[in-house]
Amino acid sequence: MSGPSKSGPTAPAIEAVELTRRFGAFTAVDRITFEVRHGEVFGFLGANGAGKTTAIRMLTGLLTPSGGTARVAGHDVYTEGEAIKRSIGYMSQRFSLYEDLSPRENARLYGGIYDLTTTEIRERTSTLLARLGLEAVASRPVRELPLGWRQKLALSVALLHRPSIVFLDEPTSGVDPVTRRQFWELIYEAAASGTTVLVTTHYMDEAEYCDRLSIMVAGRISAIGTPAELKRQHGVSSIDDLFVRLARPA
Amino acid sequence: MTPLLALLRKEAYHIRRDRRTLAVVLALPVVQVLLFGSAIRTDVKQARLAIVDQAPDEATLVLRNRFAASDAFRIVEVTPRTSDLDRLFRMGKAQAGVVLPVGFAGDLDDGAGASVLIVVDATDPNIGSVLHAYAEAVIRGFERERPTGRRPVQIAATTRMRFNPTRESSNLFVPGLMAFVLTILATLMTAISLTREKESGTIEALLVSPLRPWSIIVGKVFPYLVIGAVAALLIIVEARLVFHVPLRGSVVLLAAEAVLFILASLALGILVSTRTSSQRVAMMMAMAGTMLPNVLLSGFIFPIESMPLPLQVLAKAVPGQWFVTLARGIMLKGIGLEYLWKETLILGAMAAVLLAASAAAFRPRLE
Amino acid sequence: MRRALYLAHAELLHVVRDRATLMQVLLVPLIQILILANAATFEIRETSLWIVDLDRTSASRALVNRFAASGHFDIVGTTPSLEAANDSLLRGDTTLALVIPDNFEAQLVRTRRSEVELVVNAEKGAAAGIVQSYAATILGTYAAELAGPAPPAPRIDIRHRNRYNATLNYRHYMVPGILVALVTIIGTLLTAQNIAREKEFGTLEQLNVTPITRGQFIAGKLVPFWGLGLVELALGLTLGVLVFGIPVRGSVPLLFGVAALYLLVALGIGLWISTIVDTQQQAMFVVFFIVNIYLLMSGLFTPIDSMEPWAQVLTQLNPVRHFVAISRAILVKGAGLADILQPLSILALFAVVVLTSAVLQYRKRAA
Repeated sequence: MSGPSKSGPTAPAIEAVELTRRFGAFTAVDRITFEVRHGEVFGFLGANGAGKTTAIRMLTGLLTPSGGTARVAGHDVYTEGEAIKRSIGYMSQRFSLYEDLSPRENARLYGGIYDLTTTEIRERTSTLLARLGLEAVASRPVRELPLGWRQKLALSVALLHRPSIVFLDEPTSGVDPVTRRQFWELIYEAAASGTTVLVTTHYMDEAEYCDRLSIMVAGRISAIGTPAELKRQHGVSSIDDLFVRLARPA
Repeated sequence: MTPLLALLRKEAYHIRRDRRTLAVVLALPVVQVLLFGSAIRTDVKQARLAIVDQAPDEATLVLRNRFAASDAFRIVEVTPRTSDLDRLFRMGKAQAGVVLPVGFAGDLDDGAGASVLIVVDATDPNIGSVLHAYAEAVIRGFERERPTGRRPVQIAATTRMRFNPTRESSNLFVPGLMAFVLTILATLMTAISLTREKESGTIEALLVSPLRPWSIIVGKVFPYLVIGAVAALLIIVEARLVFHVPLRGSVVLLAAEAVLFILASLALGILVSTRTSSQRVAMMMAMAGTMLPNVLLSGFIFPIESMPLPLQVLAKAVPGQWFVTLARGIMLKGIGLEYLWKETLILGAMAAVLLAASAAAFRPRLE
Repeated sequence: MRRALYLAHAELLHVVRDRATLMQVLLVPLIQILILANAATFEIRETSLWIVDLDRTSASRALVNRFAASGHFDIVGTTPSLEAANDSLLRGDTTLALVIPDNFEAQLVRTRRSEVELVVNAEKGAAAGIVQSYAATILGTYAAELAGPAPPAPRIDIRHRNRYNATLNYRHYMVPGILVALVTIIGTLLTAQNIAREKEFGTLEQLNVTPITRGQFIAGKLVPFWGLGLVELALGLTLGVLVFGIPVRGSVPLLFGVAALYLLVALGIGLWISTIVDTQQQAMFVVFFIVNIYLLMSGLFTPIDSMEPWAQVLTQLNPVRHFVAISRAILVKGAGLADILQPLSILALFAVVVLTSAVLQYRKRAA
């Protein structure tokens, strides 16, 4: 099941050329080259420790690359880090909303930081709460919500300021399959309204949900393309099989 | 016995691996003693004195010279206006002022008697009293030298400062400082060690092992006891070499008492950490429980006899006080167990009680 | 700046909802003030005195009576030999032993000069010095009496005045300083802890990925704690006035103005600490260690004038030292802006340096 394909402006939303990051003697990200088109849902797959999070941190302006180039939303990651941050949303691997604040308060904080007006904050927060069905617990501390709801909330807050690109790092980790499904519905809604989504996951079945995907193994991109293309090229029936085949020699 | 040895070996291995932390842990007390030993003093010397000389004459000049020559004072300003004193006090420029009257020499010569006023900034009442006495002593010395009709009587006092002949206040504070520094070390070491294990879950692994709670506690305490003992020895050496604090009594006894004290402090640390499950709260309690009581209630700086009764009682429950008495006794007075058996017993009892309490608190806490 | 306000609002919510933090902010400081103010004193009640009268003449007995009647001493023993006195000194039961030699009266009659020995138990620290000056005063007065009726001779009448603290109340000296300690601990600890916690939990990363600037981030984080610090000061001051009756002779707005500046330094230091640690627990440890040093070397407990010269110079780098001096000057001495200009400018300089380096050191992007 893949989402509708999008066409948009010709410059890619994200592009990386030979992007590299070293930590001392260890190369976490080894000259990766890829691009993500506007409105795509791009899957950034790989095993734990393959370098996905490091790559994302470089693209979101949290980490300086050791080599290579990259542009996000048209801005250079080396020199225009702050400009990038204005145009993107981010959901980190660790749950990073404030657990002692309520959903409403979290939304208000981030809305304010992204310079939304009071009215915008109010309206969008109501919409968000209604969409997620969280009205009843809108004023309870977030720590009281079960994990699945928290993840959905984090995603919605990341989208609150309607960024053109959103980075999701393992957003469905530890979440039950039903909630995962609901989560991907949210991702499709975002994509449908034109948001570019780069999502990392180690659940290979989620790969089928993406427009295009890449597979990282030990810091390198070993495969990139649409799910259908990749399965045909490598003669496998699922992305999971493809991953096992690619990861084995490593 | 073997499970215990295995635990000991594991702890030792952890500690030896983290050399840098070990170095910091040992350097810390040494640095603290150096710093605080130089800073925590109460000797009054070279006190800042202002002299108000409203009409300088031969007598006032002589008296001023006496003050200038005195070791106790350092003249910071001489002014003709008494009103200047207040400003000097407020700015902290002067600690005391001597006001010399107009016609001083004349009054002295015709026997009318002269009046000198000593004004002291008594914001710090402690220094205040001492400055009064010092200033008076200088004036009396001046008085004795003036030709006089009557023959003055002089009762001279030779003062012997027992147990602190050099009269350096550092001799008093350094033994107490040792207690302070050792407690911080001990409580922090255990609190961190145990709580970290609890949080990372290895405590469960230990508990399902054949080790009984007692063994676990001994196993965890012993390596840190060794570290603490080494730290104590370093501090004793430092006290001797850097501050020349006398060590008249038995070094062995002092070291033994130090070990006992560290044991009590470690036990306190364990007890603290069995009561909390979060490192943060453990730290907070460790700090609140060690810093305040050990600065104040151990007699380290402020004498316990000066405190109100409820606090004096509370102070008796703090191991710090007992060790300070022991350290001072052994180092300054050179006495041994025949005078110090009571304090030793109490310290030992505290250690035992705290260890037992932590062993008891250990098991149910994690069920 | 709107962003900073949103962040500040969220911070306040955190503080109010976190029980541990609330306890730190409200309860612990209050307890600290109560205990500290009561315990931190060098005041001596009645000093125990041991008399060894080897003369037993009317002159010696008269001298002993002077001591007894002075109100400062409590005679705990009278023996004809030195042994018992020594023993009592060793046991720490006596602070002062007065030894009158067997030719006391005879010498006085013949030469108008005699000697006594004061054996002071210097273990008692600062008390020893004061006790000695009391004794010296009593001896001096007695000698003057013996000299006979007022002669036509240069006699100097020495008057004493205690400025700012006529009752020699130690609390008036300590509480203004303790307020500073409180405010320092709160400001530095909360800031360091708070940001370290965000690091630990990952919420800091989420903020780093937003367009919020370093300046806005720091403003949003610090402002709530800055406000809290001032509230603490107000609470503490009220407590000090109501419970301990400390004087408020200077301008309260001036005090709070200085506090507002000082807090910037304290908070800046907390911020700096948070950039070098990874966890809350580390933050607490570092804060504890640094604040400890600051407090013990600030002239809060022991006077700066008594420190080794190099240590005194070092204290110029200690912001606590300056605020303690200012606090005491304003509250106890009624100092005004002109009087505190020097320490105040140093604090201002610190504020600029600390905040600037904290801002520069804070990185939204890891290198």
